[in-house]
Amino acid sequence: MSYNVNEKGYYGDFGGAYIPEMLYPNVEELQKNYKSITASPDFKIEFDQLLKEYVGRPTPLYLAKRLSEKYNTKIYLKREDLCHTGAHKVNNTIGQILLAKRLGKNRIIAETGAGQHGVATATVCALMGIQCIVYMGAVDIKRQAPNVARMKMLGAEVRPAQSGSKTLKDATNEAIRDWINNPVDTHYIIGSVVGPHPYPDMVARFQSVISEEIQTQLLEKEGRKHPDHIVACVGGGSNAAGAYYHFLDQPNVNIIAVEAAGKGIDTGASAATSVLGREGIIHGSKTLLMQTPDGQITEPYSISAGLDYPGVGPMHAHLFRSGRAEFIAVTDDEAMTAGLEVSQLEGIIPAIETAHAFAILEQRKFKPEEVVVINLSGRGDKDLNTYIDYFKL
Amino acid sequence: MHRIDQAFSKKGKLLSIYFSAGHPQLEDTLPILTALQKAGVDMVEIGLPFSDPLADGPTIQESATTALKNGMTTQKLFEQLQDVRKTIDVPLIIMGYFNPILQYGVEAFCKKCAEVGIDGLIIPDLPVAVYHEAYKDLFEQYGLYNMFLISPQTSEERIRFIDSVSKGFIYMVSSASVTGAQNSFGALQQAYFERIAALALKTPQIVGFGISNAATYSAATTHARGAIIGSAFIKFLEEKGIEEIPAFIDQIRGDKT
Repeated sequence: MSYNVNEKGYYGDFGGAYIPEMLYPNVEELQKNYKSITASPDFKIEFDQLLKEYVGRPTPLYLAKRLSEKYNTKIYLKREDLCHTGAHKVNNTIGQILLAKRLGKNRIIAETGAGQHGVATATVCALMGIQCIVYMGAVDIKRQAPNVARMKMLGAEVRPAQSGSKTLKDATNEAIRDWINNPVDTHYIIGSVVGPHPYPDMVARFQSVISEEIQTQLLEKEGRKHPDHIVACVGGGSNAAGAYYHFLDQPNVNIIAVEAAGKGIDTGASAATSVLGREGIIHGSKTLLMQTPDGQITEPYSISAGLDYPGVGPMHAHLFRSGRAEFIAVTDDEAMTAGLEVSQLEGIIPAIETAHAFAILEQRKFKPEEVVVINLSGRGDKDLNTYIDYFKL
Repeated sequence: MHRIDQAFSKKGKLLSIYFSAGHPQLEDTLPILTALQKAGVDMVEIGLPFSDPLADGPTIQESATTALKNGMTTQKLFEQLQDVRKTIDVPLIIMGYFNPILQYGVEAFCKKCAEVGIDGLIIPDLPVAVYHEAYKDLFEQYGLYNMFLISPQTSEERIRFIDSVSKGFIYMVSSASVTGAQNSFGALQQAYFERIAALALKTPQIVGFGISNAATYSAATTHARGAIIGSAFIKFLEEKGIEEIPAFIDQIRGDKT
């Protein structure tokens, strides 16, 4: 069984392109061109150069000594928090802006929840001098004022999504509607491995630089190219897709996906899609999603704005259903405690999303000789207010 | 003859009206259908509300949100439609997004549609290719037509393909746009209407999205067989109520009745 996408855009039962006919030409244009454009030598040269000189890649693979000691195993951290803009999101926006340029697009739209993807999109648009419009839920705009200011400073226009629950899923709806209204000149930079084919695969490919580097770096440090466990948090799942990518078809690598349980799986305030979701269609993709018995999409909850998405990318839905990956849900409290612990053991304040990945160390035991790589997807500066409120700092 | 084909076999331009089931009030479905039939509309699209209607503008989104708050569900809609064919004989189409249908069970949904007398479906986010691979036989088994959309961006090749697999009618989206009322159509739209008319497709076309008044209705139906009004009707319902529906229909038809 392959765990990567097939030629029709499916991961097992999941994926596809469930889009209104109005979007067919846009999506078809991408489907037809994304592989050839991203495989072309000039694209690769420009992409690699920007990742190296602008983003700061390769990011280090750092042996976390004190954390390893405490949990009696060998823990490496893949330092995506050291990317320009503070998270892995920029790997994808660099790739997509270069693709958009080659498709002749001169207007970029994006959705954002916490604002990280919005900032990463605004950044590359500034870099390329292209108009940028970011849709963000009206509720999120209030919660994430610093990121709104960053986007504005970078020259982007932030448009509030006023429909539905006024959060990430509604921002995504608004971006899709914008694309329907502007089908010719606009490219939609989706921030996660969600949406209609080819987005999940395209975003996973741009993020796959993470696992590609892990292979090289592990070879140097451990004399082998693969870890025993690769751990990442999953909201939509882009950092996870990038961290897993080169290990998907290597059965000797255990894949661990960490979801946000929020206040607890059974509290009604959770974002653990693999447990609470059923097969359905969201934002153009067949996947697991949280919904009412009647098929209305529900609003998830997590203390981490980057994990409260009601669905999960189709790759992850397939990893879950096939049993290829181990899914673990972590509560707000467990994640916050882990975030504080990593700060004090390693001197790294992680994003709260990433703190979820660390929280499994308390509940999932690893052997002393095992190599565990945790994808440190983002830094915690953006979450300081939440940390301050939570710990009364 | 299938009820939708019957409607198209008549002379003259067709007027179809869309409304969101469960809006403004939960139990308005049958009263609205009755008033529309009395006012002489040729076809009705009953909107099955969805939490995340990607192809819709603010008016239809809000009406769907209200309908869901009012307690509308797929089950509830079928209950309301249980005896609809005792009094209503215009063609009835359910327009809804795919996820609620998928959750109800596609076969169970089709079966129920046939049972209450629904003639066809419009499912904007169910792609033509997926329909053909997975659901065509099922729909046909229950006598349901599934209508497809085209937009100004749809290539001629694809339009010809859609025409070849279509029954009932082709839903022509008037502009590169989500749903919502427009006051007039510009030269671009006129050119698009003419271009499609010149293709001489086997399936009749009706225009939707952006039709709000006599002018846009008349422009849309100069070349196409009919037009669909949604957002403008929903706004009218909110402001004037069900009793005034005949006035709305007369005003749209203007001198074209």
